[in-house]
Amino acid sequence: MKSTLPKLLLKIFFCNLLLLCFISAKAQTDIDGLMMEKKFFCVGPTAGYSSWKNYWEGTLKRDNLNLGRVSTSNFMLMGNYGITSKLNLLFGLPYVKTKASAGNMAGQKGLQDLSLLVKWVAYQKHIGKADFKTFLMAGYSTPLSNYNADFLPLSIGLHSKNVTMRLMADYQRNHLFATASYTYIARSNVTIDRYTYYTTEMHYSNEVRMPDASQLSFRAGYRSETLIAEAVFNQWTTLGGFDIPRNGMPFVSNKMNATSIGVNLKYETPVNGLSVIANGSTTIAGRNVGQSTGFNAGVFYIFDFSKKIKTEKKSANKPENK
Amino acid sequence: MNYPMINPVRVDANAGTWKPILLTAANEFPVVTPIATASPDYVIQLNEIKSFQQNITTEERKLVQYWGAGAVLRWNEIMRELVALHNLAPYQNPDGSYPIPSANNPLAYPTFPFSNPPYACRAYAYLSTAQYDACIGAYFYKQQFNRAAPFTVDATIQTLLPKSTLPSYPSEDATVMGASVEILKLLFPGDQDYINQRAEEHKRARLIAGANVRSDLDAGEVLGKAIAAKFIARARGDRAGAAVGNATVWAKLKSDCIARGETPWLSQETPERPPMLPVFGAVKAFLFDSLTLVNSIRPPAPPSTGSQKFKDETEEVYQITKNLTREQLRIANFWADGVRTYTPPGHWNYIAANDFAQQNFSEARWARNMALLNMSLIDAGVVCWDAKNLYYNPRPMQVDPRIKTGIGLPNFPSYISGHSTFSGAAATVLGYIIPARAQAYKDMATEASVSRMYGGIHFRSDCEVGVITGNKVGAYAIARGRIDGAE
Repeated sequence: MKSTLPKLLLKIFFCNLLLLCFISAKAQTDIDGLMMEKKFFCVGPTAGYSSWKNYWEGTLKRDNLNLGRVSTSNFMLMGNYGITSKLNLLFGLPYVKTKASAGNMAGQKGLQDLSLLVKWVAYQKHIGKADFKTFLMAGYSTPLSNYNADFLPLSIGLHSKNVTMRLMADYQRNHLFATASYTYIARSNVTIDRYTYYTTEMHYSNEVRMPDASQLSFRAGYRSETLIAEAVFNQWTTLGGFDIPRNGMPFVSNKMNATSIGVNLKYETPVNGLSVIANGSTTIAGRNVGQSTGFNAGVFYIFDFSKKIKTEKKSANKPENK
Repeated sequence: MNYPMINPVRVDANAGTWKPILLTAANEFPVVTPIATASPDYVIQLNEIKSFQQNITTEERKLVQYWGAGAVLRWNEIMRELVALHNLAPYQNPDGSYPIPSANNPLAYPTFPFSNPPYACRAYAYLSTAQYDACIGAYFYKQQFNRAAPFTVDATIQTLLPKSTLPSYPSEDATVMGASVEILKLLFPGDQDYINQRAEEHKRARLIAGANVRSDLDAGEVLGKAIAAKFIARARGDRAGAAVGNATVWAKLKSDCIARGETPWLSQETPERPPMLPVFGAVKAFLFDSLTLVNSIRPPAPPSTGSQKFKDETEEVYQITKNLTREQLRIANFWADGVRTYTPPGHWNYIAANDFAQQNFSEARWARNMALLNMSLIDAGVVCWDAKNLYYNPRPMQVDPRIKTGIGLPNFPSYISGHSTFSGAAATVLGYIIPARAQAYKDMATEASVSRMYGGIHFRSDCEVGVITGNKVGAYAIARGRIDGAE
């Protein structure tokens, strides 16, 4: 008998690392319509690489011969625990490393920000052969190390504590699906190592007020028991902030905007509980960010802490008449 | 920044007798005799204040308090802001050369100025010295005319500031403002609208506060502008205009260094950028002549680039950057004062301003102490740039590419460290002004100096000799302070 685990694998959150270069190497996880079953724990490492040569200085696109290609490598442990089939707890624990291929600026590395997210299926309805769900999510992220955010574009992150709220809708009919979400990211002030800095005016403080941010995400594609293939559109908007001045350096509270497109793939291996993911994305428009292109890959395994018989599990993700 | 309002312990009523910097005498420029306080025209001016005071808004009270902290302080702060705004190196031309900002066309790219550390130290110096002479002039005429303040003449005038016991004609605030405005317009010609707007705000604050009548301000402003003209004339002839050099000068710095058998400095930027203001070492100093610079202050040559000592110092920088602690990086960042900041001289102005604000100085003493500080800073800049371009020593990462910086690499030769020289001078002068803080300033200077090694951009010799050289420059400012009549 084929185990039902492969089916459950479908419910693994889709580990999508969207590294928005300057924006922070914060993992943008969980913008998907999949849930873990109760007492199942999916966990695994991912590794990613993204880089850019051109960036937007304000709205002006340029390169910088004194940076060359700026690259970010990340290694991350991610996990998703099913408190219930409708309530999941997710975490991400990233290690980030940056490098510039030219010039004298030292690459940075370190543990970045721990992120936690609660994901709740607020509403679900079967409409004929289709399945419609609405999700509410709330997250929190906090820096895990005292890294220097004031060394962009090579800082490993922006060092703010973030509260994330997301509203998401997912629609699936047979193997085709579409997901849309809106995320609001409230960001705390950031403390830097100097007590004056200039934005559009002089500040005599080591605290930098960070503008909040929002993200729109659309995904659509194919979702079956063994394979997920989806196209992704993301738009990150900083709700405030200022532009990098001409030939200036980026700063934590810049108005960083980025629009990216990408592809996510997930395949469940014949080994029960084991899946692999891969994704790629590229930035098509931006402001005060690098035009980055990146790839990630990861391996996940599901641990079953439930004592129930697995076949009793109902898939929240598949039509009832499957 | 919030600062306490000026309420001096010593009013320094005799500041008109202090030794000026450029004025031949405190009364070199005349001030018209003021109208009597009993005259109808004066009453009109009192009524102007009363009309301002009829409905004072919260905003206006804030304005009064802001400017009440002192004219020297606030105009110093405004200059720091403009320095930070303009502290950005120009982007290269398509052919790989770099455009040079032009004072004649300040708003076209590259906007004028590029307020790098040498530019900034000179800017602060002209501002502070002009403010100081402006105070001497104002205080002189205050005693001469002895016209009472409006709140003394008319008890119904409110005073929103501590009542000054000095005669109020001409206003020292307006004299300092007038001088500051002219200096700022010279040095930041593209920002005149902003500068004028701040000046109007300053005058309005004085009227709302009931501290001055219109004629106090007008006379002060006129005097301040006249005094500033002397400083502007000096600035036009101080050789800073030629500090940027030209292709011939740049090539000669390099070939002279090679002729001495040393490895010359090379720009680490792409495309190669000419050294920052390489002829700034020829700028006319405030505290000594060029002969004194060469004979008594100029540091000895750095360790030869072929020597074991040089190799050891390079290895030391590599080891520091390789094993850098977060605390060392914090120190490097704290003192970096690089792109889009008020520069190291501005940092020391900020340190001084914060401490002076706790000392209950009079406006004149603020001006005198800031002038001593900033004369030492420009002269430190001159001495430092003289050494940098005389020895033309490479930076650590030029000779060891393994060395990277966690802050930013300035585009000019290494020996001696600018931060160290500025800090050595500032700490010496500030320790003279506030002896109780002398050790604290010394410690700050040491930290600022070593921060450049943490940043991977200076050798130990650059830093240590820089501080010693700065100390020497500071001593000249102290020598002046001892005989300026303010002690």
